[in-house]
Amino acid sequence: MKAVRALVLVSNDPDSLARGAQEVYRRIQDEVKAFGLQDEVSVTMVADIGRHDAVPMVMVYPEAVVYGPVKPDDARTLVEEHLYKGRVAPGLMAPAREMTGRIAWLSARKGTLPAEQRIVLERAGIIDPDDIEDYIAHDGYLALGKALTEMKPADVIEEIARSGLRGRGGAGFPTGTKMRMVARENKAKKYVICNADESEPGTFKDRLILEGDPHSIIEAMLLAGYAVGADEGFVYVRGEYVLAQTRLKKAIAQAEEMGFLGQDIFGSGFNFKLHIHSGAGAYVCGEETALIESIEGKRGEPRPRPPYPTQVGLWGKPTLVNNVETLANLPPIIRNGAAWFKQFGTPNSAGTKVYTILGNVNMTGLIEVPMGITLREVISIYAKGMRDGRAFKLAQTGGSSGSIIPAVLQDTPMDFDSYAKAGVSLGSGALLICNEDTCVVDLAKVLMNFFKSESCGRCGPCRIGTDRAYQILDHISQGVGKLSDLNDLDTLANGLNQFSNCGLGQTAAVPIRDMLKYFRAEVEAHIKLKVCPAGACAMSGIASRR
Amino acid sequence: MSVETTAVEGIEPGGVYLPRPPLSEEEVRAAVQSAITRRGGAAADPVEMREALIPILSEVNQTLGYLPPEAFVEVGRQLRMPVSQLFSVASFYQMLSTKPRGRHIIQFCESAPCHVVGGRQVWTALQEALKLGPGETSSDGKWTLQTTSCIGICAVGPVLVVDADIYGNVTPAQVTEILAKYQ
Repeated sequence: MKAVRALVLVSNDPDSLARGAQEVYRRIQDEVKAFGLQDEVSVTMVADIGRHDAVPMVMVYPEAVVYGPVKPDDARTLVEEHLYKGRVAPGLMAPAREMTGRIAWLSARKGTLPAEQRIVLERAGIIDPDDIEDYIAHDGYLALGKALTEMKPADVIEEIARSGLRGRGGAGFPTGTKMRMVARENKAKKYVICNADESEPGTFKDRLILEGDPHSIIEAMLLAGYAVGADEGFVYVRGEYVLAQTRLKKAIAQAEEMGFLGQDIFGSGFNFKLHIHSGAGAYVCGEETALIESIEGKRGEPRPRPPYPTQVGLWGKPTLVNNVETLANLPPIIRNGAAWFKQFGTPNSAGTKVYTILGNVNMTGLIEVPMGITLREVISIYAKGMRDGRAFKLAQTGGSSGSIIPAVLQDTPMDFDSYAKAGVSLGSGALLICNEDTCVVDLAKVLMNFFKSESCGRCGPCRIGTDRAYQILDHISQGVGKLSDLNDLDTLANGLNQFSNCGLGQTAAVPIRDMLKYFRAEVEAHIKLKVCPAGACAMSGIASRR
Repeated sequence: MSVETTAVEGIEPGGVYLPRPPLSEEEVRAAVQSAITRRGGAAADPVEMREALIPILSEVNQTLGYLPPEAFVEVGRQLRMPVSQLFSVASFYQMLSTKPRGRHIIQFCESAPCHVVGGRQVWTALQEALKLGPGETSSDGKWTLQTTSCIGICAVGPVLVVDADIYGNVTPAQVTEILAKYQ
C-alpha cells in the first residue's frame, strides 16, 4: 500500500451500483487526475459502510466525511473542494448520523451501551475487500497464526465455548458445543461448511460480511477446520449473491497464493482446502441438511434428523455447519480472548448481533449492536423514529420464520433467552418495522405465500399445511372468512409445528400463532364486520374503511 | 419450489412463440461440453462430478437461456447419470429453468419487507404495463414476469430485477420508464 494523504471510498454494494456508483467512481478518478492529485489521493471502491439511506456514498478519510447520494456530476465539486482546496463540501454531505458509534452513548442505558459495537462488521467498508494486504494490515490472519502456532485444536474449541458464542443463523445453538460434537467424531475425513445461503426475507447481514470482508470468513473457516479436525470446507453462497461470490473467489485465490490456504499452513502441518458452492435459488437450502444435499448435487430436500450433520453430514462424514455471522466472530474471539467477547451483550447471549432495519421508519439499513437492546431503542435511536411520525404497530423479526412483535413487547431485551421467555423469536436479525397501515392478516398472508412457494414439497404437513393456511388467510382478507377458520388456523399451526420434517414447516406458522395471540380482534373484524381496520385488504368489492 | 417461476402459461404446444431461434443439437452439445470441461471433464472423480452437477446445469442454463431436454440427455450421457435424476434436480431450483423463457426476465420481490413499503402497488403496475401475470411470458417472447422471494436488498424496497439489473425504491410511476430501457 502506498502512503497517501487522503483515501476516497466509493460504496459499491448492489444498491449503490444500481444508482451509478461505477460512474461516480470513474468520474472521481478523472477529476483527481485533472487536479494532479493522483499521487496523494487514493480512490477505492468498497462494499457497505453501514448505511443505506443515501447511496451511492463517498467517504473521505482521514476526516471521515460522508457524502451521499453522490451523482457523477458532483465529482468535480467534491474533488475540487475537499481534496484540492481542503474543505468539506457541505452541500453534498449525507444526512448526519454516527458511523461507528463509539462516540455516542445512550442515556437510557446510563452510558453502558455504545451506539454501535462492530465486531463482525469491524472492517466492512473500511478495507478494500479485494486486497488481502489491507486485511492483514487490519489484524487479518492474526488469529489463525495464533491458533496454529500457540494453541491445540481443543484449546480453540474451549476458547470459543468459554466466550458463550451462540449460532447467529436463528437457532442460537452454542457454537463451542457444536464444535465439540464434530471434534469428538473419530473419523479421518470431516468437513466444515459456511452457510451463506442467506434467504430469510429482510436479512442481508451475511451478504455485507462476505462483500465487505471476505477474508474474515476464510480465516474463520480455517480456525473452525483446525478446531474440529477438518481439512476441507465449503462456503455455500446463494446464487443471487453474485458480488459476494466474486469477492470470495478472489479472496480464496489470494489466500492460496500467500499460503494461508493449502498445505502445511504456518508450518504447522495443518492442510485446508476451501471451495465455493453457488446455490441455485432455493430458500430451503438454508436448512443445513438441505444445504448438504444441494452440495451433493441433489434436490435440496432436508434429511430426517437425527443423525445430525455433526455425525453424518456431507458425503456421510461429520460436518460442522455454521452461519456466516457466527463464523465471523471466531477470529476476534481467538485474537482477543473469550473474556473480551463476554463483555458485550447479556450473560446468556454474549457478543453483538447484526440487525437489518426495514419498513416504515426514517432510516433503513444495518446495525451491529450488543445483544439485549430493545426494539424501542432500535426504532427511536437507530431507525430515527417512525416515518411521517406514524405510530408503531408491530415488528416482524428474523425473516419470515420470525415472530410478529406487538407494541407491548417493544421493551423486551432482544437476546435469545428474554425473547424465548416472552414466547417470541429473535430469528436471523431482520427487523421489519410496520406502522398502523399494515394489516396483520395481509402481512400473515404474504408470509404464508412465501412458505407455500418455498416449501420443498417433500413432506405433507408442510406442503399441504402452508397451502391451506394461505387459502384461509386469503379468504379472511377478502371478507369471506368464517369464525371457524380461526380454529382451523390454530390446528394447522400446531400440525405444521409438530409434524413437519424441517425448520421451514416447523416455524411457518409462527406468524399465524402470533397474529391470533396479539391481534385477534383485528382478524375478527375482517370476519364479523367484513372490514379491514388498516384499510389494506381488498375485502372483495366491499369498500374498506379508510 | 416456487411453481410460478418455471411455468410458462399462455403458450400452446406447437404455438408460434419461441424465445429465440430453435437450439441446434450442436449448440446444446457445445454448451454442455464447455460446462463439463471447465470442471475437469467427465472423467473426474465421481464425488467431485456430483458436486459439480448443479454448477454445470447452471452454466448450461445461462448459456442457452434454459435447459432443453437435449441438454439433459447430453449431460446424462457424459456424466453417466439418468436423465430422470437430472430433471429432478433441475426442476427443484428456481434459477434453473426447464422451459423456454423470454429475452428479458423480470423478477419482482414479493417478500414482506418489500410488500409493506408499497410493493403491492408496484406489482399491480407491473402486471398492467406488461399485461402479464406471474410466471407468464409475453407472446412476442420479449418478457417473462416472475415473482421471487427476498433477494437481500431489502433496505431499498420495493425491489425489481430485470435480467441482472437491480432497481430499488421503485414506485408504480417508474415501472414503464424502467421497462422502456430494454429492447
